[in-house]
Amino acid sequence: MEKTLPKPIPRPNADSRPYWEACNRGELTYQRCGACGHAQFYPRSLCIQCKSKDLSWQKSSGRATVYSFTEMHRAAIPSYQADVPYLVALLELEEGFRLVTNVEGPTNGVQIGTKGRIVFEDRGEQKVPKFLPDA
Amino acid sequence: MKKAVITGVASTKVGDLEGSTCLGLHTEAAMVATYDAGISLSDIDGVLCAYSLVEPQVMLSSAFCEYVGLQPRYSTTISMGGVTGAMMVMHAAMLVESGHCRHVLVATGDNRLSGLRGTGVATISATGTSAQHEYIYGLSVPAAYALVARRYMHEYGLTPEHLAAFAVTQRGYAVRHPLAHYKKPITLADVMASRPIATPLRLLDCCPMSDGGAAVIVSAADAARDTAKPRVSVLGAGQGHTHEHLIAAPSLTEFGCKHSAAEAFGRAGVTASDIDVAEIYDSFTITLAVELESMGFFEKGEAGPAALAGELETGGRLPCNTHGGLLSYGHSGAAGGLFHFVEAVEQLRGQSGDRQVAGAELALVHGDGGILSGHCSIVLGRN
Repeated sequence: MEKTLPKPIPRPNADSRPYWEACNRGELTYQRCGACGHAQFYPRSLCIQCKSKDLSWQKSSGRATVYSFTEMHRAAIPSYQADVPYLVALLELEEGFRLVTNVEGPTNGVQIGTKGRIVFEDRGEQKVPKFLPDA
Repeated sequence: MKKAVITGVASTKVGDLEGSTCLGLHTEAAMVATYDAGISLSDIDGVLCAYSLVEPQVMLSSAFCEYVGLQPRYSTTISMGGVTGAMMVMHAAMLVESGHCRHVLVATGDNRLSGLRGTGVATISATGTSAQHEYIYGLSVPAAYALVARRYMHEYGLTPEHLAAFAVTQRGYAVRHPLAHYKKPITLADVMASRPIATPLRLLDCCPMSDGGAAVIVSAADAARDTAKPRVSVLGAGQGHTHEHLIAAPSLTEFGCKHSAAEAFGRAGVTASDIDVAEIYDSFTITLAVELESMGFFEKGEAGPAALAGELETGGRLPCNTHGGLLSYGHSGAAGGLFHFVEAVEQLRGQSGDRQVAGAELALVHGDGGILSGHCSIVLGRN
């Protein structure tokens, strides 16, 4: 019988801890630069566009569009073996930043341009974002 | 400024070399390259090494020098993934141009096929992804390139058959190379029937892992008067860096190779259309498609049809990866990126046998590291 290994959870650092704590509350967050307005993901200590440190955490609507995707037939890590084939998608969030996640539900039917929203997958200590295509 | 010339090159046999070691492969390649140059190991005053997955070292160049008994004037380690080989050649050229060294040895090698057997190679394919924001979703390096491929298909009409054409063309070259890893001929149908890895990429769209080593000796022109073989000049080099991880890539269709090639061409005083033979980093078929177009060899969407039409063959518009590339000659870590230099130099010397591009005078060699993240392009010319 195949044993299902637990999926990895992130090891937050000072830059990312607020993001991961928000995920555990069921909220997708990103950084917005107060100086130039740039929407930034992943979390950093300065704005990559204007180098300002005036960053604030914003809550995303979670509305996203598939920018690209791949169906994985070879698991990248052993804990994904039982999921093969699984989808990894590069998403474009409504607020203008990009995120990589898995896709909830059947793998067929997802295309570039597919719209949907972020839901959260419970991995024990940590919830991680996942993309749910619109029905 | 002194001129930099490549005086010696070497590749070991590439493939499943059970019993080989990381430093043993470095040494074999280094000895053959110094012989090729007509100098001895004791003439080397600069040493550059890269990295090993099998026997990781904090200071690989020191470990190599210690192993072969060298105490050079200059020694350092460069670790930039797949672009390392090209970076080391560029760095070596700068060392001789500035007068710091006369003969710089760039030595690489790893037994990453036999040495990693049974240790979870699939896990290694996930290194190079962002630990917090990619790895935890089961993204691998092939998957990241697959995301580029899917987007590229969407925007420019690239097809799986176009991608397969790159793999088939390069296998055709490898069949004719005595040292290559994969030498069994393949067809478009074989590539498109190979098992899916990360759609749209299939097994034969992906480079293998190979044991092997390669070395290049870059010399100051005035120190190279008495070397054995026709010299090959380093005419221009450039780099381009836009990101490391896929999630931070500014674009999925334009990459730093555009800048690295433009700078290399500019410094050499040539254009893409002047190049007789191109040896371009090809970790995946999509890597080559993107680079050929970003670097200006083909318009967007044209490289795939050109490959299908045979334009990358020896008689075509741009003979490319004439040793078989990473896809078929083999991929031995940093040595993988140096194999392209070995082939370019042999082409410019007219030593490539039945793979020879007639009258080749100018070559472009290109490396890519990460997810099309870091790029280095070098123009080489026959003296």
